[in-house]
Amino acid sequence: MRKIQSIYGIVIAVICFVVIHVEAQSPKGKYGTFALTNATIETITQGTIANGTVIISNGKITAVGANVQVPSSAEVINCSGLKIYPGMIDGGTRIGLLEIGQIPQASDTREKGDIIPQMKALTAVNPNATAIPITRISGVTTVITAPTGGLMPGTAVLINLHGYTPDQMYAGFEGVVVNFPSTGRRGFFDRRTDEDIKKASEKALKQLNDVWDKAMQYHKLDSATKGKGVTYYPEMQTMIPVVRGEVPLMIEVNAQKDIQTALKWVKEKKVKKVIFTGVSEGWREAANIAKANIPVVTGPVIAIPNREYDRYDAIYANAGRMKKAGVKVAIRSEEDGNGNYRNLPYHAGFAVAYGMNKEDALKAITITPAEIFNVSDKLGSIEVGKDATLFVCNGDIFETKTQVSHVFIGGWMMPMQSRQTLLYEEFLKREPGLSKN
Amino acid sequence: MASSAASLLKEQKILKSKIQIDEKMKKIILSILASGFLTVALAQVEKGNILIKNGTVLTITKGILESTDVLVKDGKITQIAKGIAAPAGVKIIDASGLYVMPGIIDAHSHIGLDAINEGTNAITPEVWTGDAINPFQMSIYRALAGGCTVSHALHGSANSIGGQSQTIKHRYGTFDPDAMKMEGAPRTIKFALGENPTSGGRSDDLQPQSRMGVEFVIRQAFSEAKQYMERWKLYNKNKLVKGFRGAPPAYSLRYETLADLLRGEIILHCHSYRADEINMVLKVCKDFGIKRLVFQHANEAFKVAPELAAAGASASVFSDWWQYKLEVYYSTAYNAAILVRNGVVTSINSDSPDLIRHLYHEAGKTQKYGGLSDDEALSLITINPAKQLGIENRVGSLEVGKDGDVAIFKNHPLSIYAVPQYSIVDGMVRFDREKDAGDMRLMPDPKETIDVTFYETGHSHDNCMQGVETLFGHDQNENKN
Repeated sequence: MRKIQSIYGIVIAVICFVVIHVEAQSPKGKYGTFALTNATIETITQGTIANGTVIISNGKITAVGANVQVPSSAEVINCSGLKIYPGMIDGGTRIGLLEIGQIPQASDTREKGDIIPQMKALTAVNPNATAIPITRISGVTTVITAPTGGLMPGTAVLINLHGYTPDQMYAGFEGVVVNFPSTGRRGFFDRRTDEDIKKASEKALKQLNDVWDKAMQYHKLDSATKGKGVTYYPEMQTMIPVVRGEVPLMIEVNAQKDIQTALKWVKEKKVKKVIFTGVSEGWREAANIAKANIPVVTGPVIAIPNREYDRYDAIYANAGRMKKAGVKVAIRSEEDGNGNYRNLPYHAGFAVAYGMNKEDALKAITITPAEIFNVSDKLGSIEVGKDATLFVCNGDIFETKTQVSHVFIGGWMMPMQSRQTLLYEEFLKREPGLSKN
Repeated sequence: MASSAASLLKEQKILKSKIQIDEKMKKIILSILASGFLTVALAQVEKGNILIKNGTVLTITKGILESTDVLVKDGKITQIAKGIAAPAGVKIIDASGLYVMPGIIDAHSHIGLDAINEGTNAITPEVWTGDAINPFQMSIYRALAGGCTVSHALHGSANSIGGQSQTIKHRYGTFDPDAMKMEGAPRTIKFALGENPTSGGRSDDLQPQSRMGVEFVIRQAFSEAKQYMERWKLYNKNKLVKGFRGAPPAYSLRYETLADLLRGEIILHCHSYRADEINMVLKVCKDFGIKRLVFQHANEAFKVAPELAAAGASASVFSDWWQYKLEVYYSTAYNAAILVRNGVVTSINSDSPDLIRHLYHEAGKTQKYGGLSDDEALSLITINPAKQLGIENRVGSLEVGKDGDVAIFKNHPLSIYAVPQYSIVDGMVRFDREKDAGDMRLMPDPKETIDVTFYETGHSHDNCMQGVETLFGHDQNENKN
């Protein structure tokens, strides 16, 4: 009897241990071979496949199509009635750098200095940032995270929203950020005179010219001496690949006048690789941007026009108007104040509501940013050989009704959980409720 | 003895009749004043006649009516039915294939105001945003372009007890600030808890600097207001007694306002984030008998949803904001859904000149986060905020007898593809997408050189702190492109 009791006790202890052990752990990502069957596949680059299958193996997409053999080792996920999209790419976030706003200790977005391209965002990416699971379970799998601040605040990086070190997250792209000298007011709090704004802008442009000229000299010196004749100069060492066209400048520019100046500057300096970001008044210069063949990452789309008198929907319509004029347009959320990068598909959706072609809008958050960031061999569409970075949902991803059910990043199946879903589970029917006993 | 008693009685009678005359005079004067105000008010508010034909009518309270007409006469909805014959001279909108819903209501906004914060004291109930209305603000037109016809022009959140606030109708095109005020809307007041008032306290080295201090400041103000009420009660009683020589207590608009709040004449709108501070105010209000209570922002209201429901308090929340400060760090976008499922009257608000333009989209997010039905989601931006502002008998649903405030959409308003086509206030078309001016200037200002302002579309802070933003480092040295 006693023996039975003690066995019983041990069994209970083991069960308790297992339960507690399981509950105490956050669920992990899962790697393996998966077959997503019976799905509507939005390949992006090769149209829509009805009733198709996607096979994921060794982190890659190994088969896509209506008639695909499912490997016997595969975990089958029946996606009947569901859609598969490639992971969405947000070309403008602070994920991993900014944990909480207004608290300097919880923010690594900004370093001291005006010309500090050598400050690398990747260094400061926190792989355990709260925003990461919150963002990825909505299907946004890959983001640019960028430093902020002065004229050249650092080097932005493309990361996948899964991994335990920055290196595991690195998605193969970096760009040097330029906040192009601006002739606009920074906000309602900016009470400088018109004169002061103009002067500050001119001064900044001069500073930018100096940096570029110095970088050119540095590059020539470096080339002439085969890298041996130069001393430690981190700013310029970061600029060499930019001057040589190996790393792009990501120029944040918004007002029409500033876009004009930036176009002129890029032409004059013969900058080889340039991406314009922001570009909220792009429609005013769309033809010239298209002519200069500079790709644009625009956003937020859901935003107020920069001018009191502009049409109320000017920014909603901006992406569509630029695209129509022949500009290569990706859409970013840049919801860096409130951490809502998960709203990326809604920015694209608003662009559609206000005139952009729906296919173009979908491309603007998948293959187009992948191309702009030079990673379209790995990301941005559902194609054999690409990374298995994709998600499954029950409808049009632009619609707020749509629920994302599965997310894969580099072949890893993500737990569909974030702090926000955990709070929902805990508090929907709180226990204890009103009374504790 | 007997004669003196008789004379006393006589004097009392004379006094009484005098008082009665006084009362009569007061009533006459008041009614003259009131009628004066009323005629002025009526003269200012334009009301229209309009027939909206053949739309899908989302009544909110009475279901969906396909291919139905809505008739507005003299600013009021007079008929909702199929095939209404157009009365002579009534403007007709063909809403075939369009969705017709009540004008959207925002229970938390600061548009149309030239001043938001009077942060000079921990308590400033004496001020009123109704004194700072600017009917020319472009943000009013842009709100209309998002189907929003009524908003609550709230005082800011720089202090624990802020100013009285004003419910406005978006009668863009009227020049008179008074005509923006929604006539008959109940008075409201703004309170604020947590980081904003305590930051103000720290910068001025005054109370409150902690959530303990916030509770104390509010309790102290209420207690002093009660003393003030007692002093006046005593004086009003004593002054009727013959021979009373005492002076009246000092008049204070500050305590008059709080007295009205304690008497239930003002709805309390309380800026809050954390569950503990929400709970604190529930208790304070219980102790002082305040029943009409709305928590604004209330990102952690979901944690005390049963307490809110039991107290009959309501919550006006963001759809998904988080991360912009410590007190919103433990937010969840499921907040609204949890509150709704726990029986709390809930609305989705903007606190932003951008979000106010797409509250229909913000409401739509509750279908992703918590699976609310179409009716539940639309209630968050119509009838529920109307209840929170005490105007649910006037607006918030399409019903006969209510105000002719209507928003007409291409595509369902909860769809991402929704595009507002018309916004109608009191039967007057205040926004018509077809007729949008594009460039809103009458003529460009030749002297203007800087006409671009980069508004903070990333929503990096609640806009409640406008005017005191230096507290949060939004100074001129900040480099935001």
